[in-house]
Order: sequence, then C-alpha cells, then structure tokens
Amino acid sequence: MASAIDDDPRIIEFDVRTDEMLVNMGPQHPSTHGVLRLVLRTDGEVVSEIEPHIGYLHRCAEKIGENLTARQWIPYTDRMDYLAAMNMNLGWALTVEKLMKYEVSEKARHLRVLIAELSRIASHLVGMGAYGLDLGTFSPFLYAFREREKILDLFEEACGARLTYSYITVGGLTADLPPGWLGRCEAFLDQFEPIIKEYHALLTTNAIFVKRTANIGVLSRELAIEYGCSGPVLRGSGVDQDMRRDGEAIYTAMYDGYAFEVAVMKNGHYPRDHEYPPVPADAVLGDCWHRFFVRMLEVVQSMDLVRQAIDRYSACKGTIGEPLKLTEKIPAGDAYLETEAPKGQMGFYVVSDGTAIPWRVRARSSSFSNLAVAPELCRGCLIADVPAIVGSLDIVMGEIDR
Amino acid sequence: MRGPDFLSQLDAALPGAIVGRNLEAMDPWIEIAPERIADVCQWLDTKSPVRFDALECITAIDWFEPDAKKAAKVSWQPHTELVYHLWSTAARVSLVLKCNLPRWKGDVPGQLPEIPSVCGVWRGANWHEREVYDLSGVWFTGHPDLRRILCPEDWEGHPLRKDYEQPLEYHGIRGK
Repeated sequence: MASAIDDDPRIIEFDVRTDEMLVNMGPQHPSTHGVLRLVLRTDGEVVSEIEPHIGYLHRCAEKIGENLTARQWIPYTDRMDYLAAMNMNLGWALTVEKLMKYEVSEKARHLRVLIAELSRIASHLVGMGAYGLDLGTFSPFLYAFREREKILDLFEEACGARLTYSYITVGGLTADLPPGWLGRCEAFLDQFEPIIKEYHALLTTNAIFVKRTANIGVLSRELAIEYGCSGPVLRGSGVDQDMRRDGEAIYTAMYDGYAFEVAVMKNGHYPRDHEYPPVPADAVLGDCWHRFFVRMLEVVQSMDLVRQAIDRYSACKGTIGEPLKLTEKIPAGDAYLETEAPKGQMGFYVVSDGTAIPWRVRARSSSFSNLAVAPELCRGCLIADVPAIVGSLDIVMGEIDR
Repeated sequence: MRGPDFLSQLDAALPGAIVGRNLEAMDPWIEIAPERIADVCQWLDTKSPVRFDALECITAIDWFEPDAKKAAKVSWQPHTELVYHLWSTAARVSLVLKCNLPRWKGDVPGQLPEIPSVCGVWRGANWHEREVYDLSGVWFTGHPDLRRILCPEDWEGHPLRKDYEQPLEYHGIRGK
C-alpha cells in the first residue's frame, strides 16, 4: 500500500531516479589544494569511487637533481612543499650530510630546530585555515594567515625570502640570525599563545565543524600503515610514530635533549601537557576531526620546541659555521633519510658515484602516499564530504608532482 | 634491519631468494632475485619475526652512461637497479631491498624489464610502482592498473633513464 508521502504530488524527490554519473572536480577547483583533479563516480549524492589524477605540476625535479650539485638542488626542494620549504631544505641537507658523514656545529643544529619548528607552525596554520575554507567557513583562514604572516616576516628577516627560503643548506645554514631576531620571535610566541584558544573556538569545538568532520573518512590504523601514510594522517589514526623520536640517529640527534611528546592518542587520551578541548563524543579515531586535531596539538608543541631552541641557541658559544661549497664532492655510495616534515615523513635518497653531481636523487613525498589512500576513504561518502576528506589529508601538490 | 639471525630465517623460508648482501653499508641492504621479490615481501610483511608492514618508497636507478668516453671508465655493467625501502612500525626499523634488472628485457631496446608487483602485499605500492614505470620504465607484472601517473598518458619515453631525449615538441609546445 502506498504511503501518504508517495501519493503527494508535490514531493517529487522520492520519485527521482538517479543514474550513475561521472563528475569531474578540478584541476582548477579551490578545494583541491592546487592542481589536483578528481573524477568522482556518483549516484545521486553518493560517491561510489574517486580517482585522483595527478601530475599537473610535474617538472621531474629528480632529473634536474641529476644535473646539479647537491647544494644547487636546495632551491628545487623549496618548491616541493612550498608551505614548509624549510623542512624540505632540512631533509635534503641532512641526507647529503648523512652520506658525507658531516656534522654541523651545535649552534647550527639548534638554529635548524628553531627554524624547522617555526616552519611547522606556519604549515599547520595554512592547513588549518585552508581546511576551514574547504568546509565553507572563511574567517578561520584569515585568523590563521594573520599569524602565519608574522612567521613569514621572521623568515624574511633571517634569509630574505618569504616562501622559497633555501636557508637551511648542506653543511649548515646560509646566514646567522640578524640582531634582535630572537626577541622578536619570542614576542611573536607570547602574542600567539593565547590565540590558539580562538582557533579551538572557531573550528575544533565548533558544532558545525564537528558535524562535518567527526566520523567522516575514517582511516583505520592498518590501512594507514599499508598505504605508507605518515605525519598527522598516521598519528590521527592512533599510530604512535614520529621521526623526530623514531627516526635515524642523524635526525633524532638534532632533537637530543628537547622535551616533547608525540601528538597521538594513547591509552584513550591525547598528551596532557597543555589545556586542550575535549574530544567530541561523535569523533572516531582516524576520522577527519582527529587528523585536524593532531595538527592543532603539534602547533602548540612546536611552540614549546621553538622556545627550547631559542634558549639552547643563545646559550651556545661560537658560530653556526660555514656551509659546504657548491661544488663539494660527495663520497660514492647511497643514503636514504626520512625526516618529519609537517605533512608527514619526507624521504630523500641520494646515490653518488663520487663526483659533486649525484648520480640519482629521489624524493619520497609524504603527500603522495597520503593522497593515495583518498580513494579508500571516499568510497560511499557524500559529494560534500569529498573536500572534507581530501582537505583533512593536508596535501600539497608541489610535493606530490615534484 | 641488522643481524644475521633474521637473514638466515629468510634464507631458510625462501631458499635462493637472497643473492647478495652488504650489512656494512651506511644503510645495510640485501639483494633479492627479481623474480622472488613478491614472495620475499609477502614473507617480510606477514611471517617475519619483525613485520615490515609499510612500504616507504620504490626507487629505480638507471646505471647507464650515454657518453662512450666515460662509459669505458666505469666499473659496472649497464643495468637498472630497483631499491625498496621498507619500514616496520612496531619495531621502528627500516630495511633496504635491492634488485638488479637488465635495462631492457632480453637486451632488446624498447622492451621494458619485468619484475613482479608487490601491490598484493601493500596496497600503497600501487602508486609507487606506477611512478617507477612512468619515469624509469620498469614493467611490474601483476599490477592491477599499470599506467603513467605523473606524465601525460601519451608521453613518450621514460625521463629518468639516462639515455632519455627530451622531445622537441609536444602538442604544439616547444620542448627545448
């Protein structure tokens, strides 16, 4: 027997037959974070399959690296994750230093930590602000960029560039900090600390935000590992892994003596080193909300690390030393090193035949592996959830396409 | 992953799979017979005492010197080397596997060398193998969907091969 709703001629939705349809999203789409193209196979509002098409920014940086010396390739690493170029410089510099068995001075080491952690804050701020945009709220983006701008000002003062720094380089850094810089950095941290609460009010605990992200795109621990996900995507699924603690000696030695806790849910709770808002009841470990939350925790922890680095750097006597010369020969052999970039584990691999120009360079991008898991997450979700899921992976196309 | 214990277990489980090793290298590596790579990875992922549950990276290195003068001086024979970087999330150790392939199958230029795909072991290998195929020209047998990933579908050649020549023109765009 037909119900009253079926008989009502004004209600046509129940009668609409939907067919399978292919929807193209991107590469010029604001919520695909650059030039990512997704082809969605949909039936009505439900997505049965997404297929990412990448390569729009491909410039074969690895081939370029085979024609330049190790230090000359530093500017090309800038353009990989251009939102955290400092961390890209650091990854490549450390890989080459590993092969050369080169150790930078202690002062340079602390300065690298300082710079890398500031860069992490800047990257997570973009990730947070842009994620708000993906979900249709504009204000958090402006709040985030206001603060990021100040970090970029600090970077500009230190190395002259705002986005592609080439500051950390093989054998150290290109220049020491200008006078008064540490004071300005501390002033920024003091001003920034209370603002974190605003971010939590704007997004983390916002009822609409929670509805859009909690229990959406749940990435299980096993799947995350199988796909080689890393960074906040992996930790958002509850895997306790951070290369700053678990990585190779040459990298973890940088953080020797620094106190920090890996931002991951352990024994049912996140680290309790600071005041954080509680986890909403709807959130499931591995969903978009948790990935976002891990980033927010890392911002606070990076601030602690920056403060510690400032103390250690100022206590150090001596100089940061001179970077290696551009044409420095690299010993024959190969070395692979993964560092914890803001978006995940960035691996560099260098193969040398003993000359100054490497035989082969390889960049293992974290966003590449993180994006590869997106088709699994989007199976069966709604069209409106696709930007929420892809945005929560916080990808940068410059790094994926290389 | 260091330790001869572990290697002897692998050797006992899959005799003949390990064809070379260098445990003194900066990143200690073992060389695997190419046709056994999928079996070895399966064993490492499921049966090994230290489970290598994550594939971090696959790299292909083209050992070929196009310059005849320099080629006369090199100590190696031309070949393609595949490097697998594995990671164990539980033990937090890494492992490097290497495989040596001919540059061309049967030494016929244009015939891509073949190696079994490890997609059945880690689903994440899918994109990595597509990238290696695209840029270095290695054919992964048993891959569910092996096609170019970074270059356009109609691109010719494999850019990371040392004898690759940049096209002069692509759909009306000047190359050099």
